[in-house]
Amino acid sequence: MSNHLKNLKLKIWRQSGPTDSGHFENYVMDEISDEASFLEMLDVLNEGLIGENKLPVVFDHDCREGICGTCSLMINGQAHGPERSTATCQLHMRKFKSGDEIVIEPWRASAFPIIKDLMVDRSAFDRIIESGGFITAPTGGAPDANLIPIPKTVADAAMDASQCIGCGACVAACPNGAANLFTGAKIAHLNLLPQGQAERFKRTEAMVETMDEYFGSCTNHGECEAACPKEISIDVIALMNKDYRKSKLKNRKEISRT
Amino acid sequence: MTITFNSKIPAGAIGDKWATYKEDAKLVAPGNKRKFKVIVVGTGLAGASAAATMAELGYQVDVFTFHDSPRRAHSIAAQGGINAAKNYQGDGDSVHRLFYDTIKGGDFRSRESNVHRLAEVSVNIIDQMVAQGVPFAREYGGLLDNRSFGGAQVSRTFYARGQTGQQLLLGAYQQLARQIGLGNVRMFNRTELVDVVTVDDRCAGIVTRDLVNGEVVSHAAHAVVMATGGYGNVFYLSTNAMACNVTAAWRAHRKGAAFANPCYTQIHPTCIPQSDPTQSKLTLMSESLRNDGRVWVPTNADESRSADQVPEAERDYILERLYPSYGNLAPRDVSSRAAKRAVDAGLGVGPLKNGVYLDFSDAVNRLGKDVVEERYGNLFQMYERIAGENPYDVPMRIYPATHYTMGGLWVDYELMTNIPGLYAAGEANFSDHGANRLGASALMQGLADGYFVLPYTIGNYLAPMLNKPIPGTDHPAFKEAELAATARYQGYVDIKGSRSPDYFHREVGRIIWDYCGMERTQQGLEKALSELPALYEEFQKDLRVTGDAESMNQTLEKAGRVDDFFQLGMLMCRDALEREESCGGHFRAEYQTDEGEALRDDEKFAHVAAWEWTGDPTKSIRHSEELNFEAIHLATRSYK
Repeated sequence: MSNHLKNLKLKIWRQSGPTDSGHFENYVMDEISDEASFLEMLDVLNEGLIGENKLPVVFDHDCREGICGTCSLMINGQAHGPERSTATCQLHMRKFKSGDEIVIEPWRASAFPIIKDLMVDRSAFDRIIESGGFITAPTGGAPDANLIPIPKTVADAAMDASQCIGCGACVAACPNGAANLFTGAKIAHLNLLPQGQAERFKRTEAMVETMDEYFGSCTNHGECEAACPKEISIDVIALMNKDYRKSKLKNRKEISRT
Repeated sequence: MTITFNSKIPAGAIGDKWATYKEDAKLVAPGNKRKFKVIVVGTGLAGASAAATMAELGYQVDVFTFHDSPRRAHSIAAQGGINAAKNYQGDGDSVHRLFYDTIKGGDFRSRESNVHRLAEVSVNIIDQMVAQGVPFAREYGGLLDNRSFGGAQVSRTFYARGQTGQQLLLGAYQQLARQIGLGNVRMFNRTELVDVVTVDDRCAGIVTRDLVNGEVVSHAAHAVVMATGGYGNVFYLSTNAMACNVTAAWRAHRKGAAFANPCYTQIHPTCIPQSDPTQSKLTLMSESLRNDGRVWVPTNADESRSADQVPEAERDYILERLYPSYGNLAPRDVSSRAAKRAVDAGLGVGPLKNGVYLDFSDAVNRLGKDVVEERYGNLFQMYERIAGENPYDVPMRIYPATHYTMGGLWVDYELMTNIPGLYAAGEANFSDHGANRLGASALMQGLADGYFVLPYTIGNYLAPMLNKPIPGTDHPAFKEAELAATARYQGYVDIKGSRSPDYFHREVGRIIWDYCGMERTQQGLEKALSELPALYEEFQKDLRVTGDAESMNQTLEKAGRVDDFFQLGMLMCRDALEREESCGGHFRAEYQTDEGEALRDDEKFAHVAAWEWTGDPTKSIRHSEELNFEAIHLATRSYK
C-alpha cells in the first residue's frame, strides 16, 4: 500500500519570461503519496497555487512515459533527478523521504534559453537534425525492405543510438553545455546503417558544424552519459569524432571531383 | 452548410479501386505545385509523413504543432509494432488477409474500400521506413523479424524493440526536418489551432494561437490537413499524453465537418492499474506482452497468497479458457471485457484489487530469462519503475484503460471531410478501424494516410484550382474567427471562478468513464446526458484561470481543451445511446449474446453515424452513411 511523504520543502525557479532575471521561490508540500510521480507532485502543487489565485509553475511535459522527451528539470542539481536511466516523468516520489528539501531548476545551458519558469527552448536540437540528421529517401522509390540484409549486431547498435529522446539532459548536465551526445547519437544511428552510407560524411560535417554554432565544446567529462535517461553510451561521440575527421578529407575530395 | 455524404468510392473490384483511382486522379505538374499552399496541423506519423511527402513533391507546406518540437507527437509512445502484409514469414499472409482481419477486427463497421487500400499500401510503408534508416528488429541473417499481435493468426508485425512508434516517428520527423532545412516547409512550433475558417463552403485556412505570447494569427491555404490525433483524454485518465486533445478536430466540427462514430473508443487491455488518486495518466504496457504473458486471476475472491504461491488448480487463465483458438491474443475489446468481468466479480489482484495478472513465469522457464529480456526488456524496466515490482519475479498487474479512439472526423475515400479542402488523417479521422482497432494498426494507418494516400488525393482536389485566387487572411471570415478566438480565450480568464480546469477535466472524465466507458447502458447514458450539461454550466460560471491570455499560460491552454472535451463528451454519449447494438469497442449491456459477447444489429446499424453540429452539443443531427460489404460477408465476429 502507498505511504505518504510529509513536509517536503520545494525550492523552485520562477522566471516570468526570457528577460526577467528570475529567482527561487519556496513552497511546502504538506503531504503527497509515494506512489505519485514527480510531475504529479508538481500538478498537486499547481492545483494548490490556482486555489490561492497564484500563477502555477510552468514546466514542459507530455507523454509521462519517458519517451517523448518533453519533460526536463534539474532536480537537486541532477538532470532528471536522482534515479539513473529515468526521465523526470518516470521518477516517483518513493525515491524521496519526508522532510526532504528538493531544488527544482530548468535545464541550465545558454543554448536552451528560458521561456518561463522551468520551460526552456530546445529548438537548437531541431536545427542540428535539419542540417543533416536524416537519410535522403523521398517517399515512393524505396526498394524492398529485405533487399539489403543488415546484420543483427549492426541493427542493434543503430537502435541503441537511435533511442535518444531529445530531452536535452546531456546538455544540461554538461559543464560546457555541449550537445555531443545528442549529435553523436543521431550520427551513430545513421552512419552505422548501410542505408546511411551515401551521405555519411556530408551528414557528419554538417551536423557537427551546426552543433558548434549553438553549443559548447566537449571536454570528455562524461556527465552526459550519466544523465541520459536512455543510457546512450559516449562511444557515439568517439564515432562522431572519427567520422568528422574523415569527413574533412572525404568531402574535400568529393568537391574537387565535381 | 448542407451536409452531403458522398464517400466517392471508385468503381470496380475491391482490389482494383485504388489503382483505378490513381490512374484517374488529376495531376498538378511539378512546376505548378509550388503555387499551392497546404497546411498540415499535427506532426505525428500522419502529419509528419504527409508534410514531408508533399514538400518533396513541391507544394509549399506550413506545419503546426503545439509541442516544442515536431518530434514530440504522441505517435512516439506506440510500443509494439506496425502491421504489414509482407508475408516475409511465409505463414500465409496476404493483402487480402490483412484486409479481412482489419474488417473483422473492426466488427464490420468500417468502409471496405478504405481498409483494402490500407492493406495494399502497408507493404510500401515498411520499404519506405527501412530506406530512411528505421532500425527494425532483425534475424541473425540480417532479414527483418516479425511478431504476432492480437486479432491475427499470422506474424506480420514489424517492431523496433518496444519503441516502434518512437523509431517510426523519428524517421518521419527526420524526413520532415530535411524539408524544413531545405526551406520547403515552414514549421510553427508551440502553436495551437483554435479555429478553422471556411469561405464559400470551402476550407480557406486556419486560425492559430501562439502558446508563448498568446498571439492569434490567421493562415490561408489551398488545403488543410488535420492530423491532430484522437480524443481519448476525454476520459481524463487514459494512456494518451497529457496534451492530447480534441480541439482541432472539434473546431473543424463546429465549422461544419461531420464527426463520425464518436462512441467508438478503444480500451487497451494491458495498462498498469491506477495506484493513487493523484494519478493523472495511465501507462500502457504493449500488447505484444500477450505473446508470452498469460492472463489469469485466482479462482477464489479471498485469495491472499502472493501469485507464485497460488497453485495451478486455483488459477483461472481467463482468455485461454474463453477463447481457446486465440488465447491470450484475443482482440483488445474482447480481452478488456474479460478482465473487467473478473475484477467486477471481485477476483481482481493487487492492493486495490483493480487488476489481473499477466504472468511471464512460463515464458521465462520455456525460453530463458535472456530471451524474455531481449523481447521485452525495456517494458519490464518501465513496469518496475512505475509499479515498484520486478516482473521477472512477480507477475505484472494489468487493467484496461482508454487508449485509442476509432471515431473522428468523417472523411471520404480521399480522406477529405465534408468540407471541401479540409482533410483528416491518422487517428483524427474515423475511416479504417470500424468499431475496434487491431494492435499495430494505428502506426500503419497514420503512415499510410500521410505517405501514400494524401499526396495523391490532395493533387486531385488542387489541380482544378490552378491559378485561381483564394481568399487571403484579410478576408472578413478570418478576421471574424480571430476575434472570436481572442474573445474565447480572454473569456476563460475573465470568469474568475473557483475551480481549475483540471478539476472539471477530472469530473467530466469520471462521468464519461462510468457511463460511456467499457460497458454502456441506456440508463447510464441518459444519466450522463443529464449530468454533463449541468457540469458544463458550472464550468462556464466557476472556472478559474490565473494569469493572462497574452503570455505562456498552461492553465489557459487546458481550459480551452476541457471546454471542447465537454462538448465532445455529450456527443459521445448521444452517439452511444442511439447506437442500439454492441460492436467492437462500443458495448451496450442490453445487446449481448448469452455468452456475454457483443451482439451487432446489422439490419439497423450497418452504417456510419456522422453528426452535424447545430450549436448545442446535445442537439446535434445524426446522419448516416450505409456500409456495403461486397468483398467480405457480414459475419458474427468470433475468436473462439
